[in-house]
Amino acid sequence: MMLSRTPLFFAAGFLLLVLGLWRVDATPERILDGLGKLGWLVGLMWPPSPGGALGDLLDALAETVAMAFLGTLLAATVALPLSFFGAGNVVASTLLRFTVRRSYDALRGVDSLVWALIFVSAVGMGPFAGILALAVPDIGLLAKVFSEALESADRRQVEGVRAAGGSRLQAIRFGLIPQAAPVMLSQLLYTFESNTRSATILGVVGAGGIGLALGDRIRLNNWDEAAFIVLLILVTVAAIDWASRRIRLKLIRA
Amino acid sequence: MSPTAETVARLWQGEMVARRRRALAWLALFVVAVGVAAQIGQVDLRRLADGLPRAGDYIARTIPTLRIETLGGDFAEWMWGLDIWVGLLLDTVLIAYTGTVLGAFAGLMLSFAAAATLAPRWAVTGARRLLEFARTVPTLVFALIFVYAFGLGPFAGMLAVALHTMGALGKLFAEVHENADLRTVEAVRSAGGSWAQAMRFGVLPQSLPGVLSFGLLRFEINVREASVLGIVGAGGIGEELYLAVRQFEYPDISAIVLLILGTVALIDQLCARLRHRILGAEALRVT
Repeated sequence: MMLSRTPLFFAAGFLLLVLGLWRVDATPERILDGLGKLGWLVGLMWPPSPGGALGDLLDALAETVAMAFLGTLLAATVALPLSFFGAGNVVASTLLRFTVRRSYDALRGVDSLVWALIFVSAVGMGPFAGILALAVPDIGLLAKVFSEALESADRRQVEGVRAAGGSRLQAIRFGLIPQAAPVMLSQLLYTFESNTRSATILGVVGAGGIGLALGDRIRLNNWDEAAFIVLLILVTVAAIDWASRRIRLKLIRA
Repeated sequence: MSPTAETVARLWQGEMVARRRRALAWLALFVVAVGVAAQIGQVDLRRLADGLPRAGDYIARTIPTLRIETLGGDFAEWMWGLDIWVGLLLDTVLIAYTGTVLGAFAGLMLSFAAAATLAPRWAVTGARRLLEFARTVPTLVFALIFVYAFGLGPFAGMLAVALHTMGALGKLFAEVHENADLRTVEAVRSAGGSWAQAMRFGVLPQSLPGVLSFGLLRFEINVREASVLGIVGAGGIGEELYLAVRQFEYPDISAIVLLILGTVALIDQLCARLRHRILGAEALRVT
């Protein structure tokens, strides 16, 4: 019975696709024309060249990674205390927990680039705006996954500490945190990876990092330099992913 | 001979010392990393101290004045551009949807070649590199390039979303295929089916629930991403938001951000329901 409506879903999905293609004006001549231009751009991109600014680009890249790192750290510092309010085994009130979790969702709903736009306007251009922009949506994400890590912890260890005469705080410190810490750390590393990716584009709106250089090169039609920057980004992201995966595997085994 | 209590205690002590030393080394590394990052990121605490109140002040300014006596009028004034904004939000969702469907389709085509259990090694390596490239380049970078090639407007944004989605989903789909039972593939092959037919009739039916549910998750992410594409001129609500921030139209900023939040929450709910349906249907099929 439930499956019989499935073809209807697919038909509606297909209609929506057609509507979308019509709305974005995907005519064949436009596609062909664009592809021709794209081929021309790719031709201009080869060979990629640093354009004599390799030092500056590497600085900007370091700034990008630093922003991602500090953004993650800031988010974690704020999210850790918040996560206790969202965990069912720490806060018993369902209403409070529900409200708290919805507000975490709200922080996550807006892309970091939107926050970057707002923070550049509020605190000025530069990496500081980027750090804040990365941290805000992550606070929501981390508070949520930290709460879940706390909830999935085994109750008996907490009860053990309580039974031995420990206070509530001690029960959290010795019963709960040791169980949740490896999960939390590996989530932090994931967030750092994803922040490195996000940080590469924040510069497009002036929030520091390599994105500023990339946006400039594209605006000035320096396609070979733009291609070089994209390659730099690819290498950096791959390196961070590799390092983070190594550490995560170590954490899981430990 | 069993070890005496003393030996055990000594070993334990040694282990604890080693552990403490390791923890200290990690802590030192961490502190150095924070220091270096703060240096590079030009963080100084004085700037932080005056930056934070300014950020707070900025956010406070975006809060509209809603008085109880004239609530309806104030609300209407705050949401003065509601019809434009809702139109642009629908555009945003449509860009995300079209991009997700096209990208998922391209990713699905490539994912069979990228599954190590299904394709020869050279195809796996080639397909994986291509997918890796497509998902490492951020959507916004694709959008910047496509706006040049295809002109300003939602088409460039849709294409950027599709390309990045292809990379992200292709990898996940390949992992789903790798978990598929290979006996059905053999069955199709031994009945004289081609490789493509084996994929279509042997693998896809097994992977479909996973494919659809990853696709829906990606759609949720893409709605968020599509909401910023307008900043580089690639269509959707982002352009209005960019203008509002640039022109310091404070109440507009909060209105648009709230509308984006509402849309994202709505899409998330819808997708969660569809996902439950798909997974529910899957549970029926297995039992």
